[in-house]
Amino acid sequence: MLRVVSRRLVQLAITLFALMTLVFFWLRSLPGGPVDALLGERATPQTRELLTKALGYDQPIWVQYGRFLKNVLTGNFGNSIRTGEPVIDVISRSFPATAELAIAAIILAVGLGVPLGYVAARHRGRVLDNATIIVTLIGISVPIFFLGYLLKGWLTQGVHLFPPSGRITTGLDNTEVTGFFVLDGLLTREFDASADALWHLVLPAVTLATIPLAIIIRITRASVLDVLDEDYIRTADAKGLRNPTVRRRHVLRNALLPVVTIIGLQTGALLAGAVLTEKVYNWGGLGTLITDSISGSRDYPVLQALILLAAVVFILVNLVVDLSYAVIDPRVRVR
Amino acid sequence: MPLLDVRDLSVVFQQGGKPFTAVDGVSFTVEPGQAVGLVGESGCGKSVTSLAIMGLLPRRGNKVTGEVLFDDTDLLRLRPQDLRDRRGRDIGMIFQDPLSSLNPVIPLGLQVAEVLERHQGKKRQEALREARKLLDAVGIPDPTRRLKEFPHQLSGGMRQRALIAIALACKPRLLIADEPTTALDVTIQAQILTLLKELVDESGTALIMITHDLGVVAGLCDTVNVLYAGKVVERAARHELFAAARHPYTHGLLQSVPRLDAGRGGRLHQIRGSVNDNIPWPDGCAFAPRCDRVIDACIGETVPLEPTFRGGALRCTNPVPQEVPA
Amino acid sequence: MTRPGGLSTLAEHKRRRIDELTARTAQAGGVSLIRDAGRRLLRNPTAIVGATIILLFLVIAIFAPLVAPHDPVQRFPELTQDLTVDHIPGPTAGHPLGSDPLGRDFASRMVYGARQTLFVGVLATMIGLLIGVLLGAIAGAVGGWVDVLIMRFTDVMLALPSLLLAITLVALARESTQWTVIMAVAIVNVPIFARLLRGSMLAQRESDHVLAARALGVKRRDVVTRHMLPNSLTAVIVQATLTFAVAILDAAALSFLGLGDPDINRAEWGLMLGVDGVRYFEVRPELAYFPALAIILVALGFTLLGESMREALDPKNRR
Repeated sequence: MLRVVSRRLVQLAITLFALMTLVFFWLRSLPGGPVDALLGERATPQTRELLTKALGYDQPIWVQYGRFLKNVLTGNFGNSIRTGEPVIDVISRSFPATAELAIAAIILAVGLGVPLGYVAARHRGRVLDNATIIVTLIGISVPIFFLGYLLKGWLTQGVHLFPPSGRITTGLDNTEVTGFFVLDGLLTREFDASADALWHLVLPAVTLATIPLAIIIRITRASVLDVLDEDYIRTADAKGLRNPTVRRRHVLRNALLPVVTIIGLQTGALLAGAVLTEKVYNWGGLGTLITDSISGSRDYPVLQALILLAAVVFILVNLVVDLSYAVIDPRVRVR
Repeated sequence: MPLLDVRDLSVVFQQGGKPFTAVDGVSFTVEPGQAVGLVGESGCGKSVTSLAIMGLLPRRGNKVTGEVLFDDTDLLRLRPQDLRDRRGRDIGMIFQDPLSSLNPVIPLGLQVAEVLERHQGKKRQEALREARKLLDAVGIPDPTRRLKEFPHQLSGGMRQRALIAIALACKPRLLIADEPTTALDVTIQAQILTLLKELVDESGTALIMITHDLGVVAGLCDTVNVLYAGKVVERAARHELFAAARHPYTHGLLQSVPRLDAGRGGRLHQIRGSVNDNIPWPDGCAFAPRCDRVIDACIGETVPLEPTFRGGALRCTNPVPQEVPA
Repeated sequence: MTRPGGLSTLAEHKRRRIDELTARTAQAGGVSLIRDAGRRLLRNPTAIVGATIILLFLVIAIFAPLVAPHDPVQRFPELTQDLTVDHIPGPTAGHPLGSDPLGRDFASRMVYGARQTLFVGVLATMIGLLIGVLLGAIAGAVGGWVDVLIMRFTDVMLALPSLLLAITLVALARESTQWTVIMAVAIVNVPIFARLLRGSMLAQRESDHVLAARALGVKRRDVVTRHMLPNSLTAVIVQATLTFAVAILDAAALSFLGLGDPDINRAEWGLMLGVDGVRYFEVRPELAYFPALAIILVALGFTLLGESMREALDPKNRR
């Protein structure tokens, strides 16, 4: 177990190093280099030269690379071009919003996806099953930002079932502790704030959960069908075990193995979906930060840090998946 | 009164295209403590017969007719939950491939113990203690350690022993063994068969042995039913069958077993074609296209299963003549 | 005792054996499996529905000038005169779907959109496929450090969610054109194709028919090109069909984020939906509904076809 973790951490380090190197050299290979990127093409030669010196871009590339690596290792990603603040601050301010949204989405996707996929498999070939297949196929074919606008148009305009955007009603006096608004409300006993934040969370979470939900349903269904055909299920039936025991102990546990992998992959992919969802609902998290850093002149320091963060999250999630595999499947433990 | 009385059992599969009759009016009985063999090539319907008796065929896509009387109760007409009460308690079953028949992610101990929990109402700890004894009884060394192990950590022979322990855990009155040795090495095969014979003799459990291997039958069974294309074609006591098989198919099967005393250079007997050969006539003998002794009557009319004077039964219009003892 | 011509008989024998083997393996793994799969595909209603949708859109794309009522970039005075920020004219005589925000015929733009959208999707998929297959084949065939290097490279790319990678690529290109969108979406799929091909080749390297061909002394290049590649390509084709759906969805998402093609004359569904569709969603939602519906249908068509192809090729489902 320990060996798996340490090997994965080494792999994580190598991947991050490669990714940083790629980004670094790509940025410097752009026509005009990062200075042009910062100033735009109409800057005067004087300002250009000043900035080049100030940022150390007049030094040899390997010196720059060395300094870049040192800065990254010490958590110094420089300052945002847009706001001038340290990148670390900008990111840590936006992080809880996205984390809250992503956690809500994955709870929805797993909580609904696994049971629905299971039920569809038990009704194989019947109306419910076919309906599930069609709905999930459409689910993975819908551009999710369009789905977001659709839900917003239907449920926030005429009927006002949900708030159209934002994380919390403006003017509501809420205390921030963790930055997770729903949690903060509970911690500070401001339950109205908690409920309000939860209310704002519903539509974005549903939008973001759509694709993972559809995929989890499909994988669970396929996996349960595979397991139901296995010989050991016949053995369990031959033992005369009651149906619930067979399902819980023998079917579900084996069927969940491939589902766990997919949940991991989809959790990683949520960050990409968050970019779209946050723009639709004006959510103000990392996704919005990405959109802001690429619209107009590009905020490369922020973008660079976000790319690394996404990679770290993705790889860590997959590490967790591998570890949970070892818990569920004894065959992996030995290897 | 027989323990198990199978009467006119038929199984028709109906998936997609035309229906396929896998088991066609099979009848046989098993007396308490008796060992009965169901013998035939793959595809003859012997495994389907056993699954039908247990009610383990997939719920959809097939039609089962006839009667399966166990203790005078028709298993085919029991409610599913009542059948579940009997499976594992009154009837145990062993399958062909011990690796795929054991759940890969559940420790062996629980896989044995759960039968005891289900049918004898034992608590987990008590059931596990009993499971340890059962593993010991089927000859698994170091059973305490094995309780916590998983199927992939055991050898093929050990896995089959574990399956036997599961099937016999509740001391059932009938054990159905579906090709229990086919997936094993030859040396292990003999061990498993010896173990089965000991356990069955000891506990008085009746046995249905399903196999394509006449050698297995010779060592274990009292009575043998030979199946061909879903029908019983010959039934005889073991000694009768090996001494004087009457049906050309049985005869052919016996001839195709390699014998150590046959001498070198002697050719093995072959049965022409395969069981999948289509039968171009609706009635008549299914074996006729492959039969050496085929006559016109084999094709024209339905051949009934008729009792023989030695207590067996035979479905043939032109049987192999009985050899006159020299 | 050596017979004259013994060597040539041996070679002759070997060649005959190889031909026999090739025929048989082609039958076992390749041609007959594909023919079988094709037959099953034709009987599968899911595949038929998928193929019909694709064919329908393909026909519209090819004959766009005949199908469309008007030129897709021409502004019509009768439409522009009613045009304000809060009002975009709906269906009128001659303009069955009404106007777009610039007073162009929306129906014609939808029709021409089939052309542009399929163009973007097909090109992005094909470029991704070609680069990926090339990398995968090199990794699988050469092995050693080349393999390690290529696989590490794909690892790095797979460490980012695909849309995020596409966003990064476009962002790094500094200015977006139709080509940066196509290339970004294409590159995102490179690691998938590369890993697929390599995996399939490695699996085959251990398979009986390749081992047999090796043992018979077939040249390595021939083993790769004649035995391994054709079998791997079926998997690649299935993946490409599925990738297409993702490609047009990704392109639409990039448009929505303002990273799409800046050409305002371009009629492409992703652009129409992601830019005008959402901007005027409260004014005239049809501007979003129609391109969204078209994208959903095309994506669905390719997904249906791809999924049923995968199912048909799965040896588990033979017969």
